[in-house]
Amino acid sequence: MIDGIQKRLLEEVADLHEVPQGAYNIRANGQMAGRHTTEHIDIVSKENGSGIDIRIKPGTKHESVHIPVVLSQSGLTEMVYNDFYIGEDCDVVIVAGCGIHNSGDKDSRHDGIHRFFVGKNAKVKYVEKHYGSGDGNGKRVMNPGTEVYMEEGSSMEMEMVQIKGVDSTHRSTTAELAAGAKLVVRERLLTHGSQQAYSDYVVKLNGEDSSADVVSRSVAKDDSFQKFDSQIVGNAKCSGHTECDAIIMGSARIQAVPQLEANNIDAALIHEAAIGKIAGEQIIKLMTLGLTEEEAEAQIVNGFLK
Amino acid sequence: MLTLENVSFEVQAEKGNKEIIRNMNLTIDDHKFVVITGPNGGGKSTLAKLIAGIEKPTSGRICFHGEDITEKSITERAKMGISYAFLQPVRFMGIQVLDLIRLAAKKQLTAADACKYLAEVGLCAKDYINREVNASLSGGELKRIEIATVLARGTVMSVFDEPEAGIDLWSFQNLIQVFERMREKTDGSILIISHQERILNIADEIVVIAEGRIQNQGPKDEVLPGLLGTASAVDACSMFNLGGKQG
Repeated sequence: MIDGIQKRLLEEVADLHEVPQGAYNIRANGQMAGRHTTEHIDIVSKENGSGIDIRIKPGTKHESVHIPVVLSQSGLTEMVYNDFYIGEDCDVVIVAGCGIHNSGDKDSRHDGIHRFFVGKNAKVKYVEKHYGSGDGNGKRVMNPGTEVYMEEGSSMEMEMVQIKGVDSTHRSTTAELAAGAKLVVRERLLTHGSQQAYSDYVVKLNGEDSSADVVSRSVAKDDSFQKFDSQIVGNAKCSGHTECDAIIMGSARIQAVPQLEANNIDAALIHEAAIGKIAGEQIIKLMTLGLTEEEAEAQIVNGFLK
Repeated sequence: MLTLENVSFEVQAEKGNKEIIRNMNLTIDDHKFVVITGPNGGGKSTLAKLIAGIEKPTSGRICFHGEDITEKSITERAKMGISYAFLQPVRFMGIQVLDLIRLAAKKQLTAADACKYLAEVGLCAKDYINREVNASLSGGELKRIEIATVLARGTVMSVFDEPEAGIDLWSFQNLIQVFERMREKTDGSILIISHQERILNIADEIVVIAEGRIQNQGPKDEVLPGLLGTASAVDACSMFNLGGKQG
């Protein structure tokens, strides 16, 4: 069912070389290509066929769910809704990701809406990688939407990576945090050629002592364009930090729009944004270690996005 | 052996060209520990940059082991065995101390091996090895990491531009020991730009540079006595009384 190209895509987006341990659902070219559930983690298709529900029982510890999606058929367009219900006191890892290989002339597109309902005191690590390959004229498009609803005392760490090959992306992430909830987002983005990437965040700190830390590091090369739009809203005694650091290269363009909104006297919010080219002295330092200018540049970009 | 033959370096200034290095001739022999001192603005740092290839001479020739390297790039010189520790070390967001030491060593050092170089410069290795070489490190920490990258390269020629700058008194004592050990162990030549009496004191040879020219040059015992008490050879206490750097 899974062919060579799809296998490679799976490796890129989910570090999967074989069938994963624990629960998983693999979607290939719009069809389910494999599913496994465990005693604590159930995966069921939505009745209307638009996606899946992942239900993790309260108290589930140290288990993982993989839900990779691969598209290798040119011209395929799909919209998927996946809902995650994470029970109280869970401690789980969720790995999602999408790989598109397009060697045809038609655009391939995957739009996914992920909703997370994180129960009280649950702990979630979420990893999402996006990857594109193929030399056709058809574009590789991904528009992920992520909605996070966090109950009291829960915590979630989200790692979102898009390093290669996605022509156009509009990522939209929203989160609402109850008292004591903690959200950490680490986004890494690289665009090249004429790619375009938009990334929006709206994080609402509704509960007392909730906190959010949203950090994006990105590199824009060639003629690509990026826009990072991060909004943190403090509606209670809370702490929020958002940061965007970007390296600009070639004829690329970058916009960073950090926004803070405090609706409570005890909301402590910080934003930082910095865009700049690679400093000449960084290249010189690495050249004095014996690297060529090109090698130095690659090291600096790789380190930055690591 | 490194030789400078009639090397001059000019920069464009408001009132015509300004000569930073004037027709300089200098030979650094193999296995020698040479300290360059002299007043600020005299051309010392420029000389170090000319050797590393960061600046190119306006005229003259630089030879390294008999080969003319005047037109060679920074990378080529680094590969031939010239190392250079920056006066003001560079910060890198995302690159970890371990990455930098591995790049310097040109091999996949184990973390334990990389730690040896950090321990050598007086940093508690486990606290630093995974740190990013970014603004979270103090000037003194960066300076020591910079020196560690040169140690990790282990090349035949190492140039240090004011290694003591920005380092606190306690660390300074350790730094002297680093250079003393280097002096004992290394097969290569060491060239240090410094005003520090204790560094001058372990030199084989001292070169005094002012106004772009060599004012004096010779074995330590001959040159040092004439420098003591001047800004070219300050003791550690007066260095720190003046805020860590000679004005």
